[in-house]
Amino acid sequence: MINEQIARAETGAPKQAHDSSPGQPVRVNEDANHDLSIRVRDLNLWYGKNQALKNVNIDIFQKNVTALIGPSGCGKSTFLRCLNRMNDLIKNVRIEGLVEMDGRDVNEAKMDEIALRRRVGMVFQKPNPFPKSIYENIAYAPRMHDLVSRKSDQDELVEQALRDAGLWNEVKDKLAEPGTSLSGGQQQRLCIARAIAVKPDVILMDEPTSALDPISTATIEDLMDKLKQQFTIVTVTHNMQQAARVADYTAFFHLGELIEYNDTRMMFSNPHTKKAEDYITGRYG
Amino acid sequence: MSQSFDEITAQLKRRHRKSARLKWVSMSALILAAAFLVVFISDMLIKGLPAFQQAQIQVEVTYSEQSQQMPPAAVNEDVRRLVSRGFLRTLPRAMKQNPELMGTTRMEWVLADSSVDQYLKGNHSGLKESQRTVVDKLAEQGRAELKFNTRFFTSGDSKMPELAGIAAAAMGTVMTMIVTMLVCFPIGVMTAIYLEEFATDNWLTQTIEININNLAAVPSILFGLLGLAIYINFFGVPRSTPIVGGLTLALMTLPVIIIATRTALRSVPDTIRQAAFGVGCSRWQVVRDHVLPVSLPGILTGSIIGLAQAMGETAPLIIIGMVAFIPDVSASFTDASTVMPAQIFTWAGEPDRAFVEKTAGGILVLLAVLISLNATAVWLRKKFERRW
Repeated sequence: MINEQIARAETGAPKQAHDSSPGQPVRVNEDANHDLSIRVRDLNLWYGKNQALKNVNIDIFQKNVTALIGPSGCGKSTFLRCLNRMNDLIKNVRIEGLVEMDGRDVNEAKMDEIALRRRVGMVFQKPNPFPKSIYENIAYAPRMHDLVSRKSDQDELVEQALRDAGLWNEVKDKLAEPGTSLSGGQQQRLCIARAIAVKPDVILMDEPTSALDPISTATIEDLMDKLKQQFTIVTVTHNMQQAARVADYTAFFHLGELIEYNDTRMMFSNPHTKKAEDYITGRYG
Repeated sequence: MSQSFDEITAQLKRRHRKSARLKWVSMSALILAAAFLVVFISDMLIKGLPAFQQAQIQVEVTYSEQSQQMPPAAVNEDVRRLVSRGFLRTLPRAMKQNPELMGTTRMEWVLADSSVDQYLKGNHSGLKESQRTVVDKLAEQGRAELKFNTRFFTSGDSKMPELAGIAAAAMGTVMTMIVTMLVCFPIGVMTAIYLEEFATDNWLTQTIEININNLAAVPSILFGLLGLAIYINFFGVPRSTPIVGGLTLALMTLPVIIIATRTALRSVPDTIRQAAFGVGCSRWQVVRDHVLPVSLPGILTGSIIGLAQAMGETAPLIIIGMVAFIPDVSASFTDASTVMPAQIFTWAGEPDRAFVEKTAGGILVLLAVLISLNATAVWLRKKFERRW
């Protein structure tokens, strides 16, 4: 039964490269949507002389939640930031390999990182709303990208984004107040609303709940579950239970290598590699 | 067996004594500094406040053909040396403008000579015994009084202390500061933005950074030499003018503004930049829409303090000829003019005793302007400060 579910999501040429890095079987949940969103092949990344990612091969599937887990410093956040080129902002970073989205290499010279970030939004570890009003937090980016022109469209978009982020009822009467006046959990949902306001394809979340209390965390997890109807979500988490609860796929990173990438149920019930098993069962990390 | 409270308390005694001693030392340092400030300011007030009052005497003024020809003849001989020569000089013109005055004799309050002013203020005056008797008598009759000195705020410099005022210097300062601000605020802020937000960290930017920091520590008189060599000798900007003064002070203020702006930019949390990049802002949009609004109070405060510093500067202006005798309030940026600290410097060098209070009075005006500038800086910071 389990074996039947094992399938390679690999296609074409990179197969060989994939085979050459053992221990990365990709199992796909057959019930889920298997459309490819982002294809990563032989991704290597160096901070100066220090190699932070080693030969990462992974397929991110559309309208699923993919969780990246692993001990601190394993490269999962670095990997996440490769997907919308946030690593460009760091000095002395060298990236090799393919990160392909919609048939285009995101690292190619022709690719404008602003266009990429329009389609790949991001939510950060610490809620970081702009020091502007709640309304302006949402409306800023769509206006900048010329997604809305009329004021009424803009109002509608703000309301829709806040509704999608489950924040509308809490803030509809105080849209003019600063975004920073909200509680931590509300701020994080505001950041999610800000990210979805530009209608991206992918939302990257870098430990979105690590600064939040358990109730806010549960709210965000519910939200992720809802948002995957519309968006592809890639989230980094330190919390194994969270990965088990929200993710359709889970990738385990260790020392810059992708050790195992699997259907979440499979990963947690029957990890394929010793390292993943040790980490998941709490013996390590 | 652990120690008892008494044993521990005994050991602690020395530590408590030491911290008490340190507290006293730091407090006395503060008291000493405050004492200096109090002494300085009260000395200035005592010396400078009299400058805001000027003696006037009530005398008979005869408007006649004779006084048209020879103004001193307009007043009686006994008070002729007691009224200001500056006042007498204005008589012929007054008669020309106002022909009905001709042939009349009026009792008028007129500006007294500075020696009378000094005598009434109880200073050494240089009045002769007989003149003192006259002044005493006038004072007894209520015809010699100290009145508010409007002239000090409305006229330019003069060799006659009773006529000298700070207005020309104040106007020069305003125009010079306008030039300085227009030049160094945009250049300084844009430079800082480039260095902080755009430039990559390499040997070139590091060299620039070190040199900017060094420039801020260069003695200001060297900027005067630079201004003389570049602006006046090379570009031919007219000397002694607010435009060359402003450009020279801009050289001096530029590093201060750059450093203040960089500090303000650096204090903006990186999470705000990350958020802005995350929604697809270009670098300039990140700076314009997110970093600048947050750092604006810091930038404004730093710039105002830099300008205040430039405002109190004299040394570089000596070199470019702004320490000059300027009797008229200058009307344009290319007129010869002086600035307040330079005016104070000029007055401080005058031998006449009456200029001592002018000097102190000028310092009070300058201090008042500087304090209000700094208060503006604090107010701006409070007004625009945002929480994040």
